Amino acid sequence: MGAIITLGILGILVLYLGLYKAKNALLPTTIIGLLVALGFSLSLWNTDATTRYHGMVLFDRYAIAFSALLIVVTILILLLSKEYFRSISDNIAEYYCLLVFSLMGALLVAAYHNFAMLFVGIEIMSVALYILVGIRKSDFASNEAALKYFLMGAFSTGFLLFGITLIYGAAGTFDLSGLREYVLSSTTLSPLFYAGILLMLCGLCFKVGAAPFHFWTPDVYDGAPILVTTFMSTVVKVASFVGFFRLFSMVMVPVSEFWTPVLLIITIITLSIGNITALLQVSFKRMMAYSSISHAGYMLFAIVSIGPSSASSIFMYAVAYSFASIIAFAALILVKRKTGSDQFESFNGLAKREPMLAIVLTIAMLSLAGVPLTAGFIGKFMMFNNVMGNYNIMLLVIAVINAAIAVYYYLHVVVNMYFKTGEEQNPDRIAVSNSYTIVLGLAAVLTIVFGVYPDIIISLI
Amino acid sequence: MNLLMDNLFILLLIPIVSALILSFVRQALPAKWIALATSLFSLGLSIPFLVSFVSDASIQFEQSWTWIASLGVDFHIGLDGISMPLLILTNGLIPLIILASFKKEYKGGFYALVSFMQAGLLLVFFAQDAFSFYVGWEAALIPIYFICALWGDGDRIRVNLKFFIYTFLGSLFMLIALIYLYNQGTARSLEWDALTSLQLSENSQRWVFWGFLLAFAIKIPIFPFHTWQPDTYTHAPAGGTMLLAGIMLKMGVYGLIRWLLPVAPFAVLSYSTILMVLCVIGIVYASIIAFKQQDAKRLIAYSSIAHVGLISAGVFSWHSEGLQGAILQMVNHGLSVVGLFYIIDIVQERTGSRELSSWGGLAIQMPRLAIVFLIILMGAIGLPLTNGFIGEFLLLKGVFDFGIWYAAFGGLTLILGAVYMLRFYQKSMLGPQHPEGKKVSDIAGNELLVLSVIAFFTLLLGVWPQAILDLSEASVTSLLNNIKF
Repeated sequence: MGAIITLGILGILVLYLGLYKAKNALLPTTIIGLLVALGFSLSLWNTDATTRYHGMVLFDRYAIAFSALLIVVTILILLLSKEYFRSISDNIAEYYCLLVFSLMGALLVAAYHNFAMLFVGIEIMSVALYILVGIRKSDFASNEAALKYFLMGAFSTGFLLFGITLIYGAAGTFDLSGLREYVLSSTTLSPLFYAGILLMLCGLCFKVGAAPFHFWTPDVYDGAPILVTTFMSTVVKVASFVGFFRLFSMVMVPVSEFWTPVLLIITIITLSIGNITALLQVSFKRMMAYSSISHAGYMLFAIVSIGPSSASSIFMYAVAYSFASIIAFAALILVKRKTGSDQFESFNGLAKREPMLAIVLTIAMLSLAGVPLTAGFIGKFMMFNNVMGNYNIMLLVIAVINAAIAVYYYLHVVVNMYFKTGEEQNPDRIAVSNSYTIVLGLAAVLTIVFGVYPDIIISLI
Repeated sequence: MNLLMDNLFILLLIPIVSALILSFVRQALPAKWIALATSLFSLGLSIPFLVSFVSDASIQFEQSWTWIASLGVDFHIGLDGISMPLLILTNGLIPLIILASFKKEYKGGFYALVSFMQAGLLLVFFAQDAFSFYVGWEAALIPIYFICALWGDGDRIRVNLKFFIYTFLGSLFMLIALIYLYNQGTARSLEWDALTSLQLSENSQRWVFWGFLLAFAIKIPIFPFHTWQPDTYTHAPAGGTMLLAGIMLKMGVYGLIRWLLPVAPFAVLSYSTILMVLCVIGIVYASIIAFKQQDAKRLIAYSSIAHVGLISAGVFSWHSEGLQGAILQMVNHGLSVVGLFYIIDIVQERTGSRELSSWGGLAIQMPRLAIVFLIILMGAIGLPLTNGFIGEFLLLKGVFDFGIWYAAFGGLTLILGAVYMLRFYQKSMLGPQHPEGKKVSDIAGNELLVLSVIAFFTLLLGVWPQAILDLSEASVTSLLNNIKF
């Protein structure tokens, strides 16, 4: 809980720093604050996982590991933000403050033990994001994205809330332990409960960007500033999955025969739609948006067949996916700054001009594609293994065909970097600042390390 | 344990270290010498293994560490009689391939990829654990993709993307099969021992069979999964083609012997007719197409499909002669295709063309090339006293024991092979001299060295095939005896 309080105070502090024009202190303060929050989270590692504040939150290892991941990813994104925010808007303090608040919501979602906390967490996380997406006030795409995200988000929150209400009506409690007892003890569950499950499923699928609730994703990811997109596709998506998984693994397992078919169809659609649409993209950013949909499909595997290793597989997958996404978007920021475009063509000839950047981006793409010796492979291996526990071979075959299709668009950018020649008008190098070098290097090294020795991650949960 | 002499892990480590060093070398001159030195060092270090190897059925030089404790995955490597010839093949061919690329002025990156691929290939041949096997299998794919797509010619981008996606899809099906097996045992394990002692029902064996077969058949390639192969071979740089045809396709055949046969024996037996028919179709079909080719590289690419068709038929024949022949012929085929592709590269470099129509009469200007070419060609055809003869004889014996008609059609490979290979020789070396060929110089230096080494081993293995057969005999026998139904 210390972490969440720290983040709350930090957000207000950052706002005040902005008020007093202390622009240079913003980034260091935020990062120090996040490190403190990280420390608070990790300090609970070896304590008993008991619920706190009348069952409101539960900091078990699952919550702590994910909180740590979310905070680390946010720190990496902030390190990338130094020059970026200044170049797109004057109100940088608001940026930092909103990111911190959004992260705070994400941590609540990771640790909730009561529907009230789930709802509050999702709202804090999302409201901050509605503003962040539209922060480029004069940009048409940014405004469109913000409006779309807000309308769809409000709608899905309605679904979620409606679902919570119905479940409360059936079980008489918001508490996850209470709900589990209700599910286990009653012989016949009230129809209200089933309706509630479906509505919550819709709401949560919207938040994680699963098809058929994914229509907002490409436009919002495309219209938002790249760093905000990075934040959305890593921290927000992972946090939503954490909440999703906790609800279904703690409460819904006994009634799995009711919701598994629904979720199975959602998973298959999500996998395939994201993939096939990503094939057709000419913009790297949009490709990443669609690929994030199909990655949501892979992560849903953990929920479709909940087993003893599901939690660690979803964690492994989230780690691999987050680091690879950060690399991809950081490289995109650098390339776009140089060429002014986020099309695949703007990567042409990058390997000649910036060999290290090209190698790092290649590692990220291979990790997203799930090639061995990268973290992405271990993530896929564990997810497939998870599904195999239920002998859902059809799902695996569909997943495998999708994974092979995905190679096409992940290698697209590699092909552009290595095998196509860029225009000779811009032979000068891309200026890569130290913070970018650190983030890119760290993320690439961790991707390889977790791919070669994944036990560090898997044994955590 | 001695640090160098019987530490198998060192053999994996050297290429990786060498790849890391080479990736920082920008100049061509030091890069090629470092690459050659480290590959020769690897070869030198493999000799003690060959010498101290006891040709019984046991797994030797075993090393095992816990890799991913929470998944029960070990890093387990070792050598037995089936992997030993392939270790020698890999470490023997890599220096030759590097030497053959000396003229191209490649920078460190090329040799780094070659070294990295060597590590992947060796891991495939060493692995006693399916996870390690799979990692090596994929780790060999990434570098060869970059080699072929970066230094290739023509339509290299599209062709190699097809190659990558095709083989990657096959590998993923194998991954499903592995995960399925992983979930079968009581103690979750991917060890070879554990997987082969599973009591699988007939039905589940069929599932596993298709998973494995897709991966291996695409890699080898067995008809009808061969469509990526001619294009990829043709548009790859010479070094890449040699790696692909010389060593990489052996991963597939090795996979059949090491994993598919013992893990899903019932399914292999029950599908053996289909498999044999596919192999034989591949042999005849590829031979006929090879005969029609004008592009020399494409010709050898198709001939390679025919040859590996026979090798796979030998594996599926389920007889020790067939398996022994397959192992011997893997080595032979590796030697001869590397030689043939190198010869094509040499001639192409001098005449500027790969078209047979613009070669003609080269023997007048290049007598030394004509002689080594003839020896290597005879090996590829399978003439007595060359290595190919013994290999194909054993393979056909195995196939004959399986069914006489398969042997009759499979045996066409010898006749058709002689037809297209001799046509190849005649069109290139004999006949009227083409104007382009008047000013070419004969092979010398590295070229002569590489080709002479290959020609020497072509003859040596022709008269002394026991060198390879002795290594693998006990392992093959025990493999066939221990298969549980």
